[in-house]
Amino acid sequence: MTSGPAIAGPSDVGRALAERVRRVGAEVAGPAADSVDRDARFPREGIDALRAAGLLAAYVPPEYGGSGCTVSDLSVLCRTLGEFCASTAMVFAMHQIQVACIVRHGATSPFFRDYLQDLVRDGRLIASATTEAGVGGDLRSSVCAVETDGDQFRLEKNATVISYGEHVDDVLATARRGPDASPNDQVLVLVRRPGLDLKPNGTWDTLGMRGTCSLGFLLTATGRVDQIIPVPFSDISNLTMLPVSHIVWSSLWLGIATDAVNRARSYVRLSARKTPGTVPPAAVRLAEVYVALGEIAATVESAVRDYEANLDDADAMASLGMAIRMNNLKVSVSRGVLDVIAGALSICGILGYKNDSPFSVGRHLRDAHSASLMVHNDRILAHTAALLCVYKDA
Amino acid sequence: MDQTELAIRTIIGQFGRLAADAASLDDSSDLYEAGLTSHASVNVMLALEDEFDLEFPERMLRRATFSSIATIRD
Repeated sequence: MTSGPAIAGPSDVGRALAERVRRVGAEVAGPAADSVDRDARFPREGIDALRAAGLLAAYVPPEYGGSGCTVSDLSVLCRTLGEFCASTAMVFAMHQIQVACIVRHGATSPFFRDYLQDLVRDGRLIASATTEAGVGGDLRSSVCAVETDGDQFRLEKNATVISYGEHVDDVLATARRGPDASPNDQVLVLVRRPGLDLKPNGTWDTLGMRGTCSLGFLLTATGRVDQIIPVPFSDISNLTMLPVSHIVWSSLWLGIATDAVNRARSYVRLSARKTPGTVPPAAVRLAEVYVALGEIAATVESAVRDYEANLDDADAMASLGMAIRMNNLKVSVSRGVLDVIAGALSICGILGYKNDSPFSVGRHLRDAHSASLMVHNDRILAHTAALLCVYKDA
Repeated sequence: MDQTELAIRTIIGQFGRLAADAASLDDSSDLYEAGLTSHASVNVMLALEDEFDLEFPERMLRRATFSSIATIRD
């Protein structure tokens, strides 16, 4: 179980996976977190441990050899990892988004059924290439196009960001359906070595989330046309990629805030032991922060329930109401965690401010600042604003 | 082509920001394949509501409703 207010409803499978993730977090990812952050390096040991524990295939259905967990379970796993190392949690979360897109939309194709078995057997790590130079950050628009010749394709994409691209086995990339297709007539294509070449471009020396190594890449790929997911990207995006992204991201941000609050709790406990019989003044502030953390957990939990309840209703999933609720989740949680971590810093005082104290929350604060910027909240709010012009329900 | 269809085509031409000319589309052409973005579809909805003095109920605010000239008309 995660400490702090619980997210309801993990399945038995999810509970077993959560225990494994907690062990990886406590024994591997957590101890490496400071070095990953300091050196802005890929959290190799954490990802290797997750792979060895079969957790990269957590969402793959049992018929392909995976654990078949739910998105609700993924939420718990991401939150748990987020308590130990935000970069490891973000790599894990982004990988699971790609897996979910393949499981939900690729499983009608023999290629992707085989691929899911490879993914389980080899513990393959998948990255995402949805952004591109020249589209202004709009992932529903592509410049590059899949060029097909018989049963072969070729793709060249100037990807402004492929997180952990240098450490990845396979990449899911968006592209126009063909050279004559309009910018938003997109497909999602799985590109893999040896037919994949990634030339890094730029640097990743950031305030936080330093281990995600989100460089730009010039992507060149060739392969067979059956590597294209046989569903328009607009559907994949509406039904799976967007809602699952907002859920797993929000969950790991909640994990970052949960650990900051745990550090503040330890600090308050320590103070309380020094003055038995008197509740330390910082305890009142801790109580306030705990309320805010509970609100964020409830927001995540309700979005997960909403998603799970409408999972098989394509109309409901693609509705304006669902898009608005998922946008709200992202904006609300990304703002809320910053307040909670700032509260934890205030409780721990100078020991929270110092980087080398057990009550340090500096990394938490820096990592959490990415939440409102990576997919900028202004972009999300602008999208909601447009939808609200026609949306009628309460 | 009747008045309703003409009005729909005019609105799509004005607000749909399609790659193709709205007048040349078939009734059943997929507007999203022709380049209708979700943002542009909101503007098309608003313009249709104004032109025909109606409000699309929430259950009709679906991608399928706005996927072609024929489905908008229905």
